Amino acid sequence: MMRADLELIYDWVPEGAHVLDLACGDGELLETLANNKGVTGYGLEIDHDGINACVARGVSVIEHNLDDGLSSFCDNSYDQVIMTQALQALRRPDRMLDEMLRVAEEGIITFPNFAYWRHRVHLGLRGYMPVSKSLPHAWYDTPNIHLSTFNDFEHLCREKGLMIVDRAVGVGDHQGHWKSRLWPNLFGEIAIFRVRRR
Amino acid sequence: MPDSDTLAFTDRPAGSVGVVTPHVARFDTPLALACGKVLPAYELIYETYGTLNFDRSNAVLICHALSGHHHAAGYHSEEDRKPGWWDAHIGPGKAIDTNRFFVVSLNNLGGCHGSTGPVSHNPDTGRQWGPEFPMVTVSDWVASQARLADHLGIERWAAAVGGSLGGMQVMQWTMTYPERVANAVVIAATPRLSAQNIAFNEVARQAIRSDPEFFDGWYAEHDTVPKRGLKLARMVGHITYLSEDAMGSKFGRDLRSDDLNFGFDVEFQVESYLRYQGDTFSTAFDANTYLLMTKALDYFDPSATQGGDLAKALAPAQCPFLIVSFTTDWRFPPSRSRELVDALIRAGKAVSYANIDSPHGHDAFLLSEPRYDAIFSAFMNRAAGELNLAEAGKDEASEDATSSEETP
Repeated sequence: MMRADLELIYDWVPEGAHVLDLACGDGELLETLANNKGVTGYGLEIDHDGINACVARGVSVIEHNLDDGLSSFCDNSYDQVIMTQALQALRRPDRMLDEMLRVAEEGIITFPNFAYWRHRVHLGLRGYMPVSKSLPHAWYDTPNIHLSTFNDFEHLCREKGLMIVDRAVGVGDHQGHWKSRLWPNLFGEIAIFRVRRR
Repeated sequence: MPDSDTLAFTDRPAGSVGVVTPHVARFDTPLALACGKVLPAYELIYETYGTLNFDRSNAVLICHALSGHHHAAGYHSEEDRKPGWWDAHIGPGKAIDTNRFFVVSLNNLGGCHGSTGPVSHNPDTGRQWGPEFPMVTVSDWVASQARLADHLGIERWAAAVGGSLGGMQVMQWTMTYPERVANAVVIAATPRLSAQNIAFNEVARQAIRSDPEFFDGWYAEHDTVPKRGLKLARMVGHITYLSEDAMGSKFGRDLRSDDLNFGFDVEFQVESYLRYQGDTFSTAFDANTYLLMTKALDYFDPSATQGGDLAKALAPAQCPFLIVSFTTDWRFPPSRSRELVDALIRAGKAVSYANIDSPHGHDAFLLSEPRYDAIFSAFMNRAAGELNLAEAGKDEASEDATSSEETP
């Protein structure tokens, strides 16, 4: 059983696609895609345990800091670039979005939605920086330096003139509750976007 | 006779292959070299560790670096205090696990540890080859290694593995004989030397060639050795193998005695260390071999025939690659490994890359480091799993025992 956001992404990747998975973790998504859909490609990761896990399962993984950009990857060399739960930890998420859509026509991005109601309760009512399942760190040691909301990301995509092909939310382990579909910015804990350049 | 060279050690150190005995294979089919010359016949000295399985599918080739040789693991006698040069990674339970793999490690052509080289007898002239030994390249080595594989009945290596210059041989294997390599491990290497690399090699060569005892390479006939030249060459080489930090933490500015003596004798510990390394090397290594090996390094550039396009050069490769570099390696820094990785990605090959934190500079590839060991093991274990290699003493143990009877 994959993480909820990975399940959804799995469905969005076409058969036989060539993909780049930024912050691929232990390589579970790439392995599942390779085994079931004939998907090829590479994962980029900096976590040592993640890299080892990828190598152990035969997933091609490159030790690479995403803040260094994707300059070693050619234009349009992939069908899709996937980035799960890393956008908020980048120094310049906006530039990464440009890079992703230079390397591929389509990008899939997931990130913790800062406007999720539980986060709002933390900050709005109790006056503390939110700590939750999707944002488990304390304010002082969090790698998540660019938190944003479902709405913020949509806004950035509009500014960049990108087409939002699909959007979805994950709530804890279950995704797609009716309330989160209706009011994603409030009830979606994880934001999931599929964007394309026009 | 067991096909492994390893004999029982009365008290074999944990993780060691034990006492090993080298073999010599003779090849009488002429070998055409890249330089245009032909080597009519030659011998290769090699060691093996572990047991070749029934399918002959578990063989791992070890390619050595500049001053390396066939003795990669284990000991030559029970009194032997120093194990082979890559004992950290070859042995039972280690990354190249001899419980699963049959390891072949040879001394390259042109070497001075038992394979045909400058110190061998030249049948055409009746004298030692000396400086007349033909220039050998990485592709020549790989061609000669392929014949050794034929000789051992190994059609396809489960993995070809090498560090530094050894890594270049692994790259060459995947391009020249793609169907004969199931996995490739390239550690602390580079797809071609930089101007700085070549410059250091040239300093080393000049040190040797300008030694009055060099006699244009005919020193053996003058019953001498260009010791001073070799010593200098090794000293300069050694500086490039260590990182600034490693040297700093090992020696700092420590003096050998309490006071400065305002002279040119050894004063600092680092001087003493370098002189010792140089002295040891100058009596143990052949000068002509050193010249040849550094030229092989300089010449290696698979992209040269493809207009500088490394990805194009790597197009024939079929196997998954593991590329490893070390953060403080400034001889072949991580950026050079990354060049290779990027070319492999552009060529669409299966490749994984790890840049290991180590204070030890280029030499780190020889040593054990938890993260290095872990990723190396993970790659080799996956390779073994994919090739359905059983561990010795488990499942296919009986088959292994039969196969060992019929090995050359």
